[in-house]
Amino acid sequence: MRQWRFEVFNRSDFSDVHGKSVLEDIKELGISSVQAVQSAKVFLIEADFDKNFAERVAQELLADPVCEEYYIGRSGAPAGLAKATLIEVHLKSGVTDPVADSVMAAVADMGVKADNVRTARKYVLLGEITQSQTDTIAKKLLSNDCIEDCVIGNEAEPPSPHLKPYELQLIHWPIRELEDDELTALSKEKDLFLNLVEMQTIQKYFQELGREPTDVELEAIAQTWSEHCVHKTLKSSVDMSIDGKQVHFDNLLKDTIFKATKQLDKDWCISVFVDNAGVVEFDADSAVCFKVETHNHPSALDPYGGSATGIGGVIRDPMATGMGARPIANTDIFCFGEPDKKLEDIPKGVLHPRRVMKGVVAGVRDYGNRMGIPTVNGAIFFDDRYLANPLVYCGNIGLIDKNKCFDNPQAGNLVVVVGGRTGRDGIHGATFSSGEMTHEHETIFSHAVQIGNPITEKKTLDVLLQANKAGLYEAIADCGAGGLSGAVGEMGKELGVEVNLEKVPLKYAGLSCPEIWISEAQERMVLAVKPENLEAITKIFDDENVESTVIGKFTNDKKLRLLYKDQQVGELDMEFWHEGVPKYSRKAVWKSPQLTEPSIPEKDNYNDELVRILSSYNVASKEWVIRQYDHEVQGGSVVKPLTGVNNDGPSDAAVIQPKFNSDKGLAISCGMNPLYGDIDPYWMALAGIDEAIRNLICVGGRADRIALLDNFCWGNCTKPETFGPLVRAAQACYDGAMAFEAPFISGKDSLNNEFACEDGTRISIPSTLLISAISIVDDINKCVTMDAKRASNLLFIVGETKNELGGSHYYKINDQVGANVPKLDLETAPKIAKKISAAIAEGLVVSCHDCSEGGLAVALAEMAFAGGLGIEADLRGLPKSKDCSRVDMQLFSESNSRYIVEVEPEKYDAFAKLMLNLPFGQIGKVTEEKILLIKTEDGKAVIKADIYSLKQAWQKTFDW
Amino acid sequence: MVEVKAIVLRAAGINCDMETEYALELAGAKTQRMHINRIIEDKTLLEEFQIIVFPGGFSYGDDVAAGKILANQIIHHLSEPIQKFIDDGKLVLGICNGFQVLVKTGILPGNNSTKHQEETTITYNDSGKFEDRWVYLAPQTNKCIFIEPGRQIYLPIAHGEGKVVTKDSATLDKLKSEGLVAFKYVDKNGQEGDYPINPNGSTDSIAGLTDTTGRILGLMPHPERFVRPTQHPHWSRLKEKPASDGMTIFNNAVKYIQENF
Repeated sequence: MRQWRFEVFNRSDFSDVHGKSVLEDIKELGISSVQAVQSAKVFLIEADFDKNFAERVAQELLADPVCEEYYIGRSGAPAGLAKATLIEVHLKSGVTDPVADSVMAAVADMGVKADNVRTARKYVLLGEITQSQTDTIAKKLLSNDCIEDCVIGNEAEPPSPHLKPYELQLIHWPIRELEDDELTALSKEKDLFLNLVEMQTIQKYFQELGREPTDVELEAIAQTWSEHCVHKTLKSSVDMSIDGKQVHFDNLLKDTIFKATKQLDKDWCISVFVDNAGVVEFDADSAVCFKVETHNHPSALDPYGGSATGIGGVIRDPMATGMGARPIANTDIFCFGEPDKKLEDIPKGVLHPRRVMKGVVAGVRDYGNRMGIPTVNGAIFFDDRYLANPLVYCGNIGLIDKNKCFDNPQAGNLVVVVGGRTGRDGIHGATFSSGEMTHEHETIFSHAVQIGNPITEKKTLDVLLQANKAGLYEAIADCGAGGLSGAVGEMGKELGVEVNLEKVPLKYAGLSCPEIWISEAQERMVLAVKPENLEAITKIFDDENVESTVIGKFTNDKKLRLLYKDQQVGELDMEFWHEGVPKYSRKAVWKSPQLTEPSIPEKDNYNDELVRILSSYNVASKEWVIRQYDHEVQGGSVVKPLTGVNNDGPSDAAVIQPKFNSDKGLAISCGMNPLYGDIDPYWMALAGIDEAIRNLICVGGRADRIALLDNFCWGNCTKPETFGPLVRAAQACYDGAMAFEAPFISGKDSLNNEFACEDGTRISIPSTLLISAISIVDDINKCVTMDAKRASNLLFIVGETKNELGGSHYYKINDQVGANVPKLDLETAPKIAKKISAAIAEGLVVSCHDCSEGGLAVALAEMAFAGGLGIEADLRGLPKSKDCSRVDMQLFSESNSRYIVEVEPEKYDAFAKLMLNLPFGQIGKVTEEKILLIKTEDGKAVIKADIYSLKQAWQKTFDW
Repeated sequence: MVEVKAIVLRAAGINCDMETEYALELAGAKTQRMHINRIIEDKTLLEEFQIIVFPGGFSYGDDVAAGKILANQIIHHLSEPIQKFIDDGKLVLGICNGFQVLVKTGILPGNNSTKHQEETTITYNDSGKFEDRWVYLAPQTNKCIFIEPGRQIYLPIAHGEGKVVTKDSATLDKLKSEGLVAFKYVDKNGQEGDYPINPNGSTDSIAGLTDTTGRILGLMPHPERFVRPTQHPHWSRLKEKPASDGMTIFNNAVKYIQENF
């Protein structure tokens, strides 16, 4: 069969947008000799058609008739121009190529069946560049070695992957006779990431069975017992020493976070910590479920693919919660190294933070937007300790019928896999993410990277919602960590299941039994279907070209049985497989660090400090990111991430209206500040909880319907001094949840976020706890936003300002950490939240903004420039603690539980009456003059700045 | 009065079908979302409807180019029923990805569904990236039945490939002289301008196109995303509830059918 090669270029009179952006990126790499970049799309189609038909394919399908031209065959370097370098980027064999699938279908629509289609990107670089510069551009910019091959010059493309079919080899891994050191060596050699006690437990199990394990059995156990899947560390028993005082937990999670949820026992919590996502009541008929996941290690290796599959994966969680929810919103929170880092300061095996950030944002953008789910809330935090371990948190919220929040698989149900096919991508994802990263990870774990195809997932979602409505399945699970092993295993845990591995549809031939069973290839869901419903459900899938296959059946013998063409390749007892993991006991240590407050000279004017904080990476406008996400699809947005007179101010939280015909809304927010964790993770966690809740309250969320999610990202927790801070944070989660009566409904942890550099030095991330929060909005028409609304309205601050600048951004710009971390007042904080929520519900408030990073000064500046109005403030009215005497403290302290509220003069009395007995004061008013003016108690202007210059400072940092 | 029936076409990757259905229902049309496979199986299905909407999304992932694969599918399987739909005097609306499909089938501009796309296309934004932002639109024609002449409207865009370009200036002149330009991007005061007023670098600030009959409209902005006041991006600071500009397009379509069928 003939292979046709097509190249598609932009016509010279139309701008080559991709080429231009690659050129900019090359300049950012410090290579200035490239004058221009031409980009081209390459299509390799194996099919029996003639030249005439090839011309038609090019003209009618591949090339745009207006702005593109094509070449059939391989075009050389353009003649007569400067020196040209050709670089072609091909996907490695086995990597998903969605465009190829679409082209295959489109060629079929034209009447010819193609045998195979592959696509590639071609770049022509014009200008004198050296061989090593070419390599840098090819490897650091244009391609990712994990998933792509580069062909430089006019060489032939890589051969097409015609893989040999798999011949079953039943492989046993003898372990019964192994010594301890050999067990450890086997775990390491096979990338099982199991420790000695676990290996011994497995050894004993097989000794008792009187046989050796097969490869697929060991792999299945390793996946199920991985940190990623069972959270051994958080469920371990802990002996903790807090400044020398001993505390014991039988099960850390149950004794802290779960405990609060259990004690609060809210009747609106429907399903918590048991399913893929936490489920809470929304209204009489519906519930919402919320899950936040991390996809850190894959995003470090392949930022685009890693974050795309991160969001793709977390969307499948609500899709598989209960009988399945409809996803209605995404959230994303990232932590990166600072983007201005010099290339030579980047450790080997690590991508530049700017490339990581651009790739991660693009990945979330392309997957989330294509799924048609609005990305409504997020945050980005920068710190150089995230250089080698960027954090990528992706969240998804789904809407589900209240009577469909639980599923019920039964013996005799068929195991049906639906959606994408299984490939070699994502092997060992669960175990890989449970270990630490090294400079060699790039090569060793490239197979752990997964490639997503959002359209496959969208198609699958479309048909699953129909099948759900028709009541044609009994249970649903998503293939996430551990792939089929995780999904089928979890579903059949109480029953037993038999799977015929050769029936699993594959992307290409040649996968072995363990590969089929543990591959984490994307976009696959597993259903339990009664035999009598098979025909009807299959028709729903077929009708929209979604593949579904029966691969086995649920039994009642509590065993996992794996077969390949009738030969048994594995058998495990469900109980051992799921409950056999030995309980950990861990030591943890917390020693309060000896820190001091810095001495920073007082000044008469703080304009410069305000500008520096506004333009710092953490505070600066994230509009560059937010606009790349479709935050309005599904038509439910009420408070958008950007707000204000020019639609560019920073909203505190998002509000969506999940149902077209109901004015009930859902508020969504997050809170996180790792800088406080450097002082004390206990107060960091409480500050995160308070921030997430403040954000909900500011937009009009109810104070009595708040549900929280925790996501711990930590360093190596086998070290007691790393685990100690996590225990501290978990204790704070209990205290915070109880104080606000806001239960945790779901959570996840990602430990071992450490990187071993080539020279042996280790980089660990700072202790990072993300708190995500949702609440109900009774009437969306009463929502408020943070932008100042009208001149002569009054401004109040509610909540006390204290001498709490430890970990603040004011100290950060002065290269200090300090000691006085903001300490949440557990008694007052919930009272303030309730009162502000009530004031908004009563219509007394026209805008509300919380004080967080950068304190009062930053909050006032943001309100002013978002509203296009001035603010005149006076520190006399500021409720403050006695030791908060200095002006810089008052301006930049990051004390918790503070809200700035704009009230119309005629509503002053009603508002003041409501706030009675709380620390609050009038601090100023909104003005017509476009100036932010903050005066001290004795009338001196300590900040006086044009709001547009402040806004420019805030916007220019990410004006990319 | 005739019952107005609208169909919203679904395909792999289409994702604005539900809110488009809702907007049509609000306007008074009995609306059905239907997968393209059903129509390919039974081409007479379209006959009972008077309005067909190609909604937004990423049909087939926008692989090769936005809307291209779906356009190719329509050209090879649905040319005839869609041409008949148009010839019967019915209405066709393409929003965002749907607009891209209408252009890439050749249906817009100029109602040319039996031939392929020739002289006008929609390509990558000048900014090189997907963007979600609100824009003002000034109508350029009195003849398009979807549009209220002279009424400037405010709608969101959300796309990565929305730049309308023509093969040459003669093609552009023809679009203008034949009244095929439906909407232009303008600022609040109705003036054309550079980015971000023209968010994608579209030639002559073109945001939407129509055909010679005025019964086909394609536009990049999303009218179905502004059908309630609280969808306005800063409704919370407006004294009066804002008019839901997107509804004008759906209301006009329904009214046209009621008056002409």
